[in-house]
Amino acid sequence: MTLFKQSMLALAAGTLAAGLLAFVAPGFQADAATDTAVNAAKLQPVSAFAKIKSKNERSVALFQEVGKVIQSPRCMNCHPATERPTQTDRMRPHIPLVVRGEGGVGAAGGLACSTCHHEANFDAANVPGNPKWALAPAEMAWQGKTLGQICVQIKDKQRNGGKDMAALVHHMAEDELVGWGWNPGGNRTPAPGTQKQFGELFKAWADSGAVCPKG
Amino acid sequence: MAAFALKINGQTRQVDVDPNTPLLWAIRDGAGLMGTKYGCGVAQCGACTVYVDGQTVRSCSLPVSAVGNSEVTTIEGLDSKEAKAVQAAWVALDVPQCGYCQSGQIMSATALLNLNPAPTDRDIDLAMNGNICRCATYVRIRAAIHGAAKTLEG
Repeated sequence: MTLFKQSMLALAAGTLAAGLLAFVAPGFQADAATDTAVNAAKLQPVSAFAKIKSKNERSVALFQEVGKVIQSPRCMNCHPATERPTQTDRMRPHIPLVVRGEGGVGAAGGLACSTCHHEANFDAANVPGNPKWALAPAEMAWQGKTLGQICVQIKDKQRNGGKDMAALVHHMAEDELVGWGWNPGGNRTPAPGTQKQFGELFKAWADSGAVCPKG
Repeated sequence: MAAFALKINGQTRQVDVDPNTPLLWAIRDGAGLMGTKYGCGVAQCGACTVYVDGQTVRSCSLPVSAVGNSEVTTIEGLDSKEAKAVQAAWVALDVPQCGYCQSGQIMSATALLNLNPAPTDRDIDLAMNGNICRCATYVRIRAAIHGAAKTLEG
């Protein structure tokens, strides 16, 4: 083979490889991206519900809007139906196996939440964190329930930690672990809207009579 | 870069690293203690397990800037009676195969026995399932923990 032919073959091979890389690389970049994820779902402002004349219907509609947050994976993952939390937007079982344990912080002598989850998100290891990191108590399980069932549960002092409506509004609007849902770190999809909007919608629902959706 | 005075195994170690550096690398590269292993870097394998104020922590998941004045214990500083019982049981049953994960396994096993001197199989599974062993020595690990618990009974 002449030097010219070898050079042309090398050039062709190089061009083919470059073309393949250009085709494949964006996929790798997307997988490796750690840019903050955005939730495409938005929350409507409280004012958007003023047009609903029936107070009961307005209250139900407000809770359905609140439900966009409550039923997002960021919230549901730590309100599991079993003793094991779920994780990711797909809500798969938490890896490794951890269980609620006493106080929602892991089995006594077992693998505690705090073994991996610390005071703040640590994106270098892709591990989320918050000072109050813990699972919701079993009586506050949301997974597998309808929005109406969750609504009734939230209002039930036997299953909401003894909170009255004012305490519930404060919890939803101010609690820092609830607030983590909008600041999940890494490329986790945050809850829709903002905690401020969520708190305003929840308060408007409470003020409208806290009517639950049927079912 | 920033200077940190880390309390590791009862000694103060000066390390000069980026504040976002995982504790693991401050221990290995900064303090020169190589017993704590890098496995996955995402808190999924347990090879980097140390204690921070007595609690098990995956050192890859904690930035060095969050350690503050806490006491860090690595495998090199493990000398409780539970640790000695675990290490003796590990030798007696020839637990390690390649050995890479074993410092993390021993840290977690000792922490379990500190809190639960007579663990059941389920207790062991719940405590140890975050420590991966690619040689799959899990049966020997579980047997060794039971063995260590038995020797600690007196």
